[in-house]
Amino acid sequence: MKILKDLKYTKEHEWIRIEGEIAFIGITDFAQEHLGDIVFVELPETEEEFVEGDSFAVVDSVKATSDVYMPLDCEIVAVNEELIDAPELINEDPYENWLVKVKLTDEEQIESLLNAKEYEEFCAEEE
Amino acid sequence: MREQKKLIFEMSTPGRVGFSLPEDDFTGIEVSSYLNSDYLRQEEPNLPEVSEVDVVRHFTTLSSRNFGVDSGFYPLGSCTMKYNPKVNEDVARYSGFALAHPFQPQETVQGNLKLIHWMDQMLQEITGMDRFTLQPAAGAHGELTGLMIIKAFHRNNGDTERIEVIVPDSAHGTNPASAAMIGFKTVEIPSNARGLVDLEALKNTVSEKTAALMLTNPNTLGLFENEILEMAEVVHKAGGLLYYDGANANAILGKARPGDMGFDVLHLNLHKTFATPHGGGGPGSGPVGVKTELIPFLPVPVIEKLDDRYYMDVERPLSIGKVKNCYGNFGVVVKAFAYILAMGAEGLRLTSEDAVLNANYLKEILKEYYELPYDQVCKHEFVLSGSKQKKQGASTLDIAKRLIDYKYHPPTIYFPLIVKEAIMIEPTETEGKETLDAFAETMVKIAKEVEQNPDTVTDAPLTTAVGRLDEVTAARTPILKWQPED
Repeated sequence: MKILKDLKYTKEHEWIRIEGEIAFIGITDFAQEHLGDIVFVELPETEEEFVEGDSFAVVDSVKATSDVYMPLDCEIVAVNEELIDAPELINEDPYENWLVKVKLTDEEQIESLLNAKEYEEFCAEEE
Repeated sequence: MREQKKLIFEMSTPGRVGFSLPEDDFTGIEVSSYLNSDYLRQEEPNLPEVSEVDVVRHFTTLSSRNFGVDSGFYPLGSCTMKYNPKVNEDVARYSGFALAHPFQPQETVQGNLKLIHWMDQMLQEITGMDRFTLQPAAGAHGELTGLMIIKAFHRNNGDTERIEVIVPDSAHGTNPASAAMIGFKTVEIPSNARGLVDLEALKNTVSEKTAALMLTNPNTLGLFENEILEMAEVVHKAGGLLYYDGANANAILGKARPGDMGFDVLHLNLHKTFATPHGGGGPGSGPVGVKTELIPFLPVPVIEKLDDRYYMDVERPLSIGKVKNCYGNFGVVVKAFAYILAMGAEGLRLTSEDAVLNANYLKEILKEYYELPYDQVCKHEFVLSGSKQKKQGASTLDIAKRLIDYKYHPPTIYFPLIVKEAIMIEPTETEGKETLDAFAETMVKIAKEVEQNPDTVTDAPLTTAVGRLDEVTAARTPILKWQPED
């Protein structure tokens, strides 16, 4: 299972790439592996606002339909439209294929996210 | 031998027919002078051209590929695929039931109205609720109806801010879906280490926004929520109501009643608990029962009795209205009614006892070979995990497919979501020890196959008309109907 060093993570198996006040959010390799083949992704609208813990996207796999939860308070800047027609991209490379690009409204929340090492330990417990 | 059958369209031979029509004696009449050309077909319909025997063989072959509880063991967890006694079918076909017209004058269908009224009373006795509607056509329809009643109740109290429905993380997917359908917001609460609702989490979740807690008891892991009275108190204190999903009612008949546990609204699935046919899109029946304070909100008509006469009461100003035309799937209600009368109180109690006994018997055998994440006495079903087998090279999906080779309908898999590689087994009460032993033996055999050579399992099924279907392509780019080649 792949975990990238420079990303932040959540216990809900999302990854977050922070670039200043902008962040990219996707689901982790662990998540895509457990979901199996992804067949549909439902994404939010741009400019939609979310607070931490809100469900902002839905990922359908052959096994289950799963909500994806927002790790930070933010506003959607862009969604990865490519996934609408090619949801399998998430299976192929979950870290390259982000779901949403957001503008953070409370940068202090970054502190509460897991780093790569912490996330790896968390996944080991989950297995 | 694998026999790949053609679609009936692909069997078509130009000019071949299975009928002969008399000559058209409407000569000299142009259809187009009677019908607008918009309604007239410009081209011949592309129907298969086949002989009668081709049609009969084609559909007979297809029907023989069906698998139902009449063909074999069907341990589909959370669905209660119990055997449907055929006498129920006979009763439902009595002409007074089967030939009655829904709009007949009420005086001429007193027997049918009496049956609905009587069924309502029996369901009240079984569940501890105060009144039922038999209109909803399925379990999820019952959920929707029940939540509409809850919404109407809160609104009538001026409580328009109650928009949250709390569901445990092991809930049936229909619960949050039903809540969303009528504009409620779903709030999920976690299970504790014993697989039950975390009471502390519930306390922290209820608020002045809580419309209801939706729960099934025993829960989706087949475990009884033994803190249900405390949970009811927490929700009621916060001003919310308790909704009981009757999916698992087969475990508690004559033993415990949702009404006594504090539930305010519930639905039952007659096609699960009361032995009417299940699946294939119905017809099902999902009666909804409520406590007294919610009776005014029940769908109309409600069958009432005045002296010796039964009538349909529609003068109910607070009613949520109709949820199904006429009185729901009446024929299904008749079958369940026949089942309840045939079983009697003692029979229904035995039903649940045997359902629970059978589940525990299988669980005890299988836990030696498959992981059992919540190892405790279960009710009517239990959830194994295929995690051990997954590490050996075959997933739960593979195990399920392999069971088809051994002529079993696979159990529910990958549900509930809180168990990895979940295998959810519900044997039901009608299965004898021989059937259970044979199934257990097969499950053990598959576990050994996985251990020795997972490939035999990952390629399954090998004995069916079609092998492993491409679920990904089917989900991403489904072809839903035959189309002629251009």
